[in-house]
Amino acid sequence: MLEFDDIQYILLTRAPAITGRYEFLSFRNPGAGRAWLSAILETMHSVQQARASIEKDNRWVSVAFTWNGLRALGVDESSLASFPEEFKQGMVARAEILGDTGANHPDNWIGGLASSDLHAIVILFARDAQERQRCEAEHQRLVAQCEGVEVLSSLDLEATPPFEYAHDHFGYRDRMSQPVIEGAGEEPTPGTGAPLKAGEFILGYPDEDGPPANLPQPEILSRNGSYMAYRRLQEHVGKFREFLRQQGRTPEEQELIAAKLMGRWRSGAPLVLSPEKDDPALGADPQRNNDFNYKQMDPHGYAVPLGSHIRRMNPRDTAANMNRRRMIRRGGTYGPPLPEEAPEDGIERGIAAFIICASLIRQFEFAQNVWVNDRNFHELGNERDPVCGNQDGTLEFKIPKRPIRKKITGLPAFTTVRGGAYFFLPGLKALRYLAALGNAG
Amino acid sequence: MSDTPKQNDWSKPAAMAIPEGGYFKDKIEQGRYGPIFPKTPACYGFSIIAKIIPGREPNFYEYARNIEKAVAGQPDCLAVLKLHYLRWNLFKIKGDNYFQYMGIFDTDFDKYTEDAVAIFAATGLNTVFENLEGFPKDWKTNAPAFIKFVRDHHCPSFLEYGEYPYVSAEEIKKALKLKAAFSDMLDQMQ
Repeated sequence: MLEFDDIQYILLTRAPAITGRYEFLSFRNPGAGRAWLSAILETMHSVQQARASIEKDNRWVSVAFTWNGLRALGVDESSLASFPEEFKQGMVARAEILGDTGANHPDNWIGGLASSDLHAIVILFARDAQERQRCEAEHQRLVAQCEGVEVLSSLDLEATPPFEYAHDHFGYRDRMSQPVIEGAGEEPTPGTGAPLKAGEFILGYPDEDGPPANLPQPEILSRNGSYMAYRRLQEHVGKFREFLRQQGRTPEEQELIAAKLMGRWRSGAPLVLSPEKDDPALGADPQRNNDFNYKQMDPHGYAVPLGSHIRRMNPRDTAANMNRRRMIRRGGTYGPPLPEEAPEDGIERGIAAFIICASLIRQFEFAQNVWVNDRNFHELGNERDPVCGNQDGTLEFKIPKRPIRKKITGLPAFTTVRGGAYFFLPGLKALRYLAALGNAG
Repeated sequence: MSDTPKQNDWSKPAAMAIPEGGYFKDKIEQGRYGPIFPKTPACYGFSIIAKIIPGREPNFYEYARNIEKAVAGQPDCLAVLKLHYLRWNLFKIKGDNYFQYMGIFDTDFDKYTEDAVAIFAATGLNTVFENLEGFPKDWKTNAPAFIKFVRDHHCPSFLEYGEYPYVSAEEIKKALKLKAAFSDMLDQMQ
């Protein structure tokens, strides 16, 4: 039985928000950090609370810490040592493994995210901009009261219009393929696969391999917690559109190129089910838009190129042990949309996302290292993920086609990593435990 | 065939001398579980050498029969490991029994470590490793401990050679399929 009253809402619930704000914090002394945590706890929702009042609530708050942040709150050394190595090292130290080199290197990150002073993130999702502003002001007052708590940076989220469905700045529909957790009360849509054991995402429960093992100590700290990899990914919309214009003579050809990079039409319609032309009704239908496989339906990649984004991020029936590699995604877009005919305006826009999993090394880092950035994924020889892989202009993208494939050389980078971090997302009891750490002594 | 760079021309046999320790110090690539041993004309690989717990030798022969059966029953049971060849040897040094497990494969071991651990469990490969001195008892749930054992007992090559360098097993299989398809086509043209 999942402890819905202890698990932070963000793990299992998606807030009906069109805006939000992330604030990145540093604690100059443990007492200040714990005072801030005690106060912010009052605003936070468990899964149970969020579900009970999702219609009337206007804002949702989550809190997570880096390993340095746990130390800054006063967690003792033996407990700190019990966390997994990759979390202890942090995302900056794992840059090469993740493909964060060249333009994506942490030296180029912004907002203090590459600093060891980054201790915590507070994630706000709000129903509208007015509510966000109210919360922002409220949090400003709280931080001002906690001397020794510093806001390193912040990022405002804005959904991109049209608001009827979630999509990124490139125009791709999002949130179609999310794993479902056993016992969480959700029915998987066709093609999503059977519900997965909770331990794949939440610490303290059996996972797909058996009972929980090697959990951080003490148990109260790790139970109902999870890990989050944060990625701030700038999307170069002008460059992307220019690339489509270069590759396709007509708007139809350009749409097809965009679809081949992703593996879905921008409407969300999967190429496996609609290989020749877009089908927006299919894209919008959750009963159909994820219901496909690769091994039987598209083994050679004539519909979905072997190196396309969705084939890398979820190889479905063409990878082993898929149940051990799934991840929950949360987050949103930031920055203003670039109007369709406008040239690149130099304003940063993109996706600021969280990848939530029980093991960063087995789930998130594997996906980054092997699926996204292995040049030889599916024997492709010289490719990386065309959407979020590390592209330096020297790689290719091959589109299988009869009789002869199309090979795009010198693929540009459509995205740049502007920041990231590994966070631990504790359960609410664990947060109360952390907030009370100094009291006993 | 994939677009392997020109210097990896399969038609030109190649040899590579490897520095002591197994790495080229100026171009060490970091994997999730540590530095990755370089790809050579003989692809990726490892040679694990470890001492057998005295008295456990018969288990190895029983294991060999089991693996033979497992692969016959499900020929793709080791596919995830992207192998070319595996060799298992037993030998003596000063009266002690040692085991060698040598693999040649197409992906650095670090990438698919967890898949390998799962295969070890599924195919009973663990039944030999558990008879080696120092093998971690909690290997099934502790991938880092498993990989540490593998790294601690890996004897890196100081020289590797490939008659058809850098070619993957998948490419070889594709070439043979193509040959068979052409042969079939010629039959159909008679």
